[in-house]
Amino acid sequence: MIGVKKLTIPKMTWTERIYLPNILKGLGITGRHIPKKKFTVQYPEEKWVPRPGYRGAHRLNKDEQGRIKCVACEMCSAACPAKCIHIVGGVSPWDDREKYPVVFEIDMLRCIYCGMCEEACPREAIELTQVYDFAAYSRADLVWNKEKLLEMFELTKNNDYYETRVQKPIKTSDVTPEG
Amino acid sequence: MSSEGIQGKSFVTTRVDKLLNWARKNSLWPMPFGTACCAIELMATLASRFDLARFGAEAIRFTPRQCDLMIVAGRVAIKELPILKRIWDQMPEPKWCISMGACACSGGIFDTYTLVQGIDRFIPVDVYIPGCPPRPEAVIDAVMKIQKMVEEDSWQAYKAENLKQMRKAKIYTGPNFPWETR
Repeated sequence: MIGVKKLTIPKMTWTERIYLPNILKGLGITGRHIPKKKFTVQYPEEKWVPRPGYRGAHRLNKDEQGRIKCVACEMCSAACPAKCIHIVGGVSPWDDREKYPVVFEIDMLRCIYCGMCEEACPREAIELTQVYDFAAYSRADLVWNKEKLLEMFELTKNNDYYETRVQKPIKTSDVTPEG
Repeated sequence: MSSEGIQGKSFVTTRVDKLLNWARKNSLWPMPFGTACCAIELMATLASRFDLARFGAEAIRFTPRQCDLMIVAGRVAIKELPILKRIWDQMPEPKWCISMGACACSGGIFDTYTLVQGIDRFIPVDVYIPGCPPRPEAVIDAVMKIQKMVEEDSWQAYKAENLKQMRKAKIYTGPNFPWETR
């Protein structure tokens, strides 16, 4: 025989029945939060600046003479766990190296931004930048070719992509809530 | 859509179109199809630091019949695909879709037989967000891109295109609507 426990609905007190004190209690909490420090980031105007070491979109570095640093050794595409880097090497027009990339494509949609390519690269040619917001309307827009990746180098050369382009760059310490 | 001045017949409809698009743009109701870690980032987007309510898209509803923006966040297995398709079909027109994160966009590192290699093979995606997972800012960026799309989108052109497809598939064989012939 299973024991049956009878439950009765607890009776509401008078203050609970008129409902108002609890509403005011809730509003009190809202009121207490109004003068506190606000940490909502007003995104399009204010943008958070990532700390050094953040792994965002890629770039292909150039050397002092403005040539692409990459030597098409395909170490990055071998190290890539998502297999999103596609390189076609060609005979280099310069004397100090044998190969250079004719085609260098990264499928930004397949990439997981792990930074393995950066670690594998022997020439420090591929690097991950701070850039984190680059949603697009089509899949083709997010397969970045060599020109686009070199353009990213020009944009992020001094690692101040967000500091220079945003009305109000936000440091991490500015948005950390109290306590 | 052409506007022929105040006397023209399309003046009123153009204005109504604008108003509808403005209202639609500022009250997107997202339907989250969250299956993985991207859904956690989506929750962070809704929370107070990033606050998707600033764009009028905070009313997350888990009922597809009330929503007009689908956010597919996370990997979609082939077994899960009929559910995704069904939810997409249940959403009323006009509707938009954001594919969020590497897995939903292209399968990411999971190039296996169990996983859909990009949901855009099965449902139409409007905005893609790269990242694994994307930052909340990237989600807001995508929502803003959708808003821009909604603003420029003509409701009647959308309907006309839809009707054209329905006629082609012989789902709808009724009379012509005036906006179709424009």
